[in-house]
Amino acid sequence: MAAEIEFAAIPIEVTVNGQKHQATVEPRTLLIYFLREHLGLTGTHVGCDTSQCGACTIQLNGRAVKSCTILAVQANRAEITTIEGLARDGALHPVQEGFREKHGLQCGYCTPGMIMTGVSLLEENPNPTEAEIRHALEGNLCRCTGYVNIVESIRWAAEKMGGKNVSR
Amino acid sequence: MFPASFGYVAAHSVEEALQLLTRQGEDAKLLAGGHSLIPAMKLRLASPGTLIDLGTIPGLRGVRIDGDTLAIGALTVHADVAASDLVRQRLPGLAEAASVIGDVQVRNRGTIGGSVAHADPAADFPVILTALNASFVLQSMSGTRTVAADDFFTDFYTTAMTAHEVLTEIRVPLPPAGSGTAYVKLPHPASGYVVVSAGVLVTRRASGSCASARVALGGLGSGPIRAQGTETGLQGKSLTPEVIAAAAAKAAENADPTEDTYASAEYKRHVATVYARRAIEAAVERAVTRNS
Amino acid sequence: MTTEHTSTGLIGKSIRRVEDPILVVGKGCYVDDIQLPGMLHLVFLRTTYPHAKIVSINTDAAKSMAGVVAVVTGEDVKQLNIPAAPMVAGQKIPPHPVLARGAVHEAGVAVAAVVAQSRAVAQDAANAIEVEYESLPSVTDAEKALEPGAPLAREELDSNICYIATKKGGDVDKAFAQAEHICRMHIASPRQVALAIEPRGIVVNPEPMGQGLVIWLSTQAPHRVRGDLATALGYPEHKIRVIAPDVGGGFGSKGPLYREYVLACHLALKLARPIKWVATRSEDFVTTIQGRDQAMTSELALKKDGTMLGLKVRVVANLGAYLYSSTAGPPQRMMAMAPGSYQIQNCHVEVVAVFTNTTPTGPYRGAGRPESVLNIERLIDKAAKELGLDRLALRRKNFIRTDQFPYRTGVGVEYDSGDYTKSLAEAMRLSDYDQLIRERDAARSRGELVGVGVSTFVEPSGGAGFESATVRIERTGEITVLTGSSSHGQGHETSYAQVIADKMHVSMDHVAIRHGDTMAVQQGVGTFGSRSMVMGGGSMALAADRVIQKARRIAAHLVEAAPEDVVQAEGGFAVAGVPEKKVTWRQIAAAAYGGRVPPGMEPGLQETVFFDPRREAWGFGAHVALVRIDRDTGKPTIETLVLVDDCGVVVNPMIVEGQVHGGVAQGLGEALREQMLFGDDGQALTGTLMNYAVMRAGDMPRLILGETVTPNPFNPLGVKGVGEAGTNGAPPAVANAVMDALAPLGIDHIDMPYTAPKLWAAIQRAEGRATSSS
Repeated sequence: MAAEIEFAAIPIEVTVNGQKHQATVEPRTLLIYFLREHLGLTGTHVGCDTSQCGACTIQLNGRAVKSCTILAVQANRAEITTIEGLARDGALHPVQEGFREKHGLQCGYCTPGMIMTGVSLLEENPNPTEAEIRHALEGNLCRCTGYVNIVESIRWAAEKMGGKNVSR
Repeated sequence: MFPASFGYVAAHSVEEALQLLTRQGEDAKLLAGGHSLIPAMKLRLASPGTLIDLGTIPGLRGVRIDGDTLAIGALTVHADVAASDLVRQRLPGLAEAASVIGDVQVRNRGTIGGSVAHADPAADFPVILTALNASFVLQSMSGTRTVAADDFFTDFYTTAMTAHEVLTEIRVPLPPAGSGTAYVKLPHPASGYVVVSAGVLVTRRASGSCASARVALGGLGSGPIRAQGTETGLQGKSLTPEVIAAAAAKAAENADPTEDTYASAEYKRHVATVYARRAIEAAVERAVTRNS
Repeated sequence: MTTEHTSTGLIGKSIRRVEDPILVVGKGCYVDDIQLPGMLHLVFLRTTYPHAKIVSINTDAAKSMAGVVAVVTGEDVKQLNIPAAPMVAGQKIPPHPVLARGAVHEAGVAVAAVVAQSRAVAQDAANAIEVEYESLPSVTDAEKALEPGAPLAREELDSNICYIATKKGGDVDKAFAQAEHICRMHIASPRQVALAIEPRGIVVNPEPMGQGLVIWLSTQAPHRVRGDLATALGYPEHKIRVIAPDVGGGFGSKGPLYREYVLACHLALKLARPIKWVATRSEDFVTTIQGRDQAMTSELALKKDGTMLGLKVRVVANLGAYLYSSTAGPPQRMMAMAPGSYQIQNCHVEVVAVFTNTTPTGPYRGAGRPESVLNIERLIDKAAKELGLDRLALRRKNFIRTDQFPYRTGVGVEYDSGDYTKSLAEAMRLSDYDQLIRERDAARSRGELVGVGVSTFVEPSGGAGFESATVRIERTGEITVLTGSSSHGQGHETSYAQVIADKMHVSMDHVAIRHGDTMAVQQGVGTFGSRSMVMGGGSMALAADRVIQKARRIAAHLVEAAPEDVVQAEGGFAVAGVPEKKVTWRQIAAAAYGGRVPPGMEPGLQETVFFDPRREAWGFGAHVALVRIDRDTGKPTIETLVLVDDCGVVVNPMIVEGQVHGGVAQGLGEALREQMLFGDDGQALTGTLMNYAVMRAGDMPRLILGETVTPNPFNPLGVKGVGEAGTNGAPPAVANAVMDALAPLGIDHIDMPYTAPKLWAAIQRAEGRATSSS
């Protein structure tokens, strides 16, 4: 027997930055607005409406995804990490440190998305070349930095995290 | 930015999804990765009354060998197709195509089944899957049927699927020894979608001549087109650079691309020949190195 | 190692930014992050007609939807308009209503607005509003708008001309009569979208009992916007508080007062509820001021030996359909630097500023400078080619010489300082220019399309009025600086702290830079036009000097010495030669606020300066590019890009380089791929990121940065601006390289952006293969 279709209030359970949340959402609530408005995690940003800019990037079940293109209901039972969840016990993630060391941000608006993409890249590829870093940033737009120092920031983090042979 | 209201239900089996489709009729859409549907809904270009989530159905993900076929679950995300050792070793052109869809984040959510069913004329999978002579398994309340890629993409955003079917699997024949596959793409500088692309499957005899060739082009019509003149120009011939170039020059013969803000129809027709040549060269090189 | 804990020698050090710790953990506060109790959401219904009469609007269905609090149309807010800001004598200023009344003049104009409990519901309601239009003829191209019989973009006027302005000097007719060669060129600077990644937005909180309005706004100029808002609303300016929280980029586009802000404030007051409006990206595309869109026709008169005699330029500038406060500016700026780095005393530059049925234009990173540099630098390359002269020799021959500064140009503008020969030499050295030429020639001999291009340019910064600073020693001895600058990515909290800490011999952690709040900060102007270090830095340097003067006298009083015997020391002051006789800032502050100042001296220790040097700072630079064009696909690849910039004294090299990087990325976007296009039907053809192509990380070539340092003699810090260097100098260098690459094919001119399809078509035509496209 097929399940009932729900129009107004769907219960979901999502673990965000290690904390379990239970909520009721409209089907049309986008994951990014669930994070920003229901959970008050405003570090993830909206920069466009065509799924291009990547300012909304988070990790969902370990993968970098655009939270503006996912319905909150699709994240039921998922584990999510946002920018607010990266630092542990006050210690910055090396990618966050890298952005500080290498001037990887100016206005800071694209930065959370950039950092999340950088974190995901280094989890999959601890020794990325410059070309691989730039390729990984295809889904993240910046208008302030020209990307030069964003790439340097991620490279710095890769070296700090023990990657060797981080070549140009 | 905010979709119109709709109803949502998470299906837990293909049968359940089919029942829901039947019950809801035209107003329901299937939700896979959502990376074509949700953007359209945010701009209110699409406003389905109900979304039936396939993402909650187990068993529709993964890449496996099934006899002489590579079988890919419809809900497999692009990143997993691109990273699959099976795909990279046996059908590198397919991995190439998967790896140039959108960006990292899109590849982590978009599904091969969703891409195929959506049939965007500027998408990558329809092109490579046509080149690879793939077929698609469609399940309905009355059973299962399989449709070949050549017969599947019928028009802009239109396929041979009915509104009461769920695409469950993509099946790609494993090419014989001496084959090579490749996919090359000219992406739109803004959207990353296909301006022109070429997918190739070529099988080469030990003598160096072409046993068979399938060349599919994207960005030139309402869906992938087979470059028949190019295929004829390769078949039976020795796969030298001159032969390849001459064959590629015919790539856009049957094409009637539309002009847009980036490229003229003429440019697309010309670049199709360039990319066809590059894809054939890459496929032939793989065929040579894999001649076992 | 110099860090924020050092106390002198901070100028010229790449101190890490103090802004970053909050931003990298996602704790920044941008407008959309602000939630207030009882807050309502504002959504607009926008027309898709470029020019039409509004026949009827039916809001009944919208008004009756659950969760909708108000629906308004232009007729409900007749009194709300964007204030007119005449910048040029004789400027035509057609009506600019906040919500369209009677007619719409560009696709994207709002005809109705909905206030509801959520954005989604407001959007639902907006979609339920029925509007009937009667289409009117429209025009989107500025040159076409000047043709006889062209449709009137603004039917209230009798022509499409907003203003005609002229700058001239010398005797241009005589110069042209004496010319041995005249080089002619028409070049277009393509329309650009600023595309700050944070869309525009506002939150308005009406204070209870009419005490005032508190506004959080994504803006570059809180004080200016407050003033214009007061005028638009008819509300007392001093009761409006505008706060710029963290602002996600601006590039000039977040300078003016926009319609949405006026309506949000009006509705907040009327409904007595806080209201939020944030643009969607699609909305932002068609409602935020766009840049460039100037078409320039020039004539350069020269002698055969390359001496430049005179310059005539006619600029047709597309202002769009409505005037915002800064819309009229960029063409003016273009005129002011038309002769560039060169001694051309006989000039006649005319701007015809034109209305069309498109999005209004205004300042966008460069704001008239890029258009001007593009024009003169392409013109000179063209003249060199026509005369058979070396492009660089032609430039050097006509450069303003170092001994000629301050130099009054042929359009009556004074440049303060410069050394253009040195800048060009440094760019040539850094790029190994002769080697680039050899590479180009070798490639050419193989039939490849490779070109080298150079641009040498000036860039004015600062100006646009005064800037203000208060330097306050707190009761505890800590230092607070209130600046009228309004950082939105520029790192002022760091670089200004360097300036003050260096001056006052404290470490940076004792200095707090505050900005972006009209209640806390004295009347200021804001951050745009690369003015902040010049104007904001200049004003705070002067204020700090005054504080130091007063503090010295207090210190002397405390150690019972003569003020002339007291010098600055680390953390305060000391008697000259007697370092143990020391007074700290903390002790001086305690005395200043604790009644222990010298007799006759007023208590307290803070100074406010309004700084207006009445001149701009003239930075300059030289950029070199090597471009390769793939014959098969037309794709241009920048293989070398060297950028030498002179912004006077450099406070934080890391921040300066970051500004150059960002400007270059936008400049390359302009040169290679960005163009805002409107169809004949007035619709935006490139109205989303799906088809407006900004640069991505993988698109950027390697950037090689260099510098020369020519201190600004008219600035307390010796600084000049640099934020727009990348957009000013990089596109012309690339343009010259592309045209150089295509020169063997006899191609004379192509307008930017240099997309692969465009270049391929040009190559086909040049090689005699017919194409259907241009």
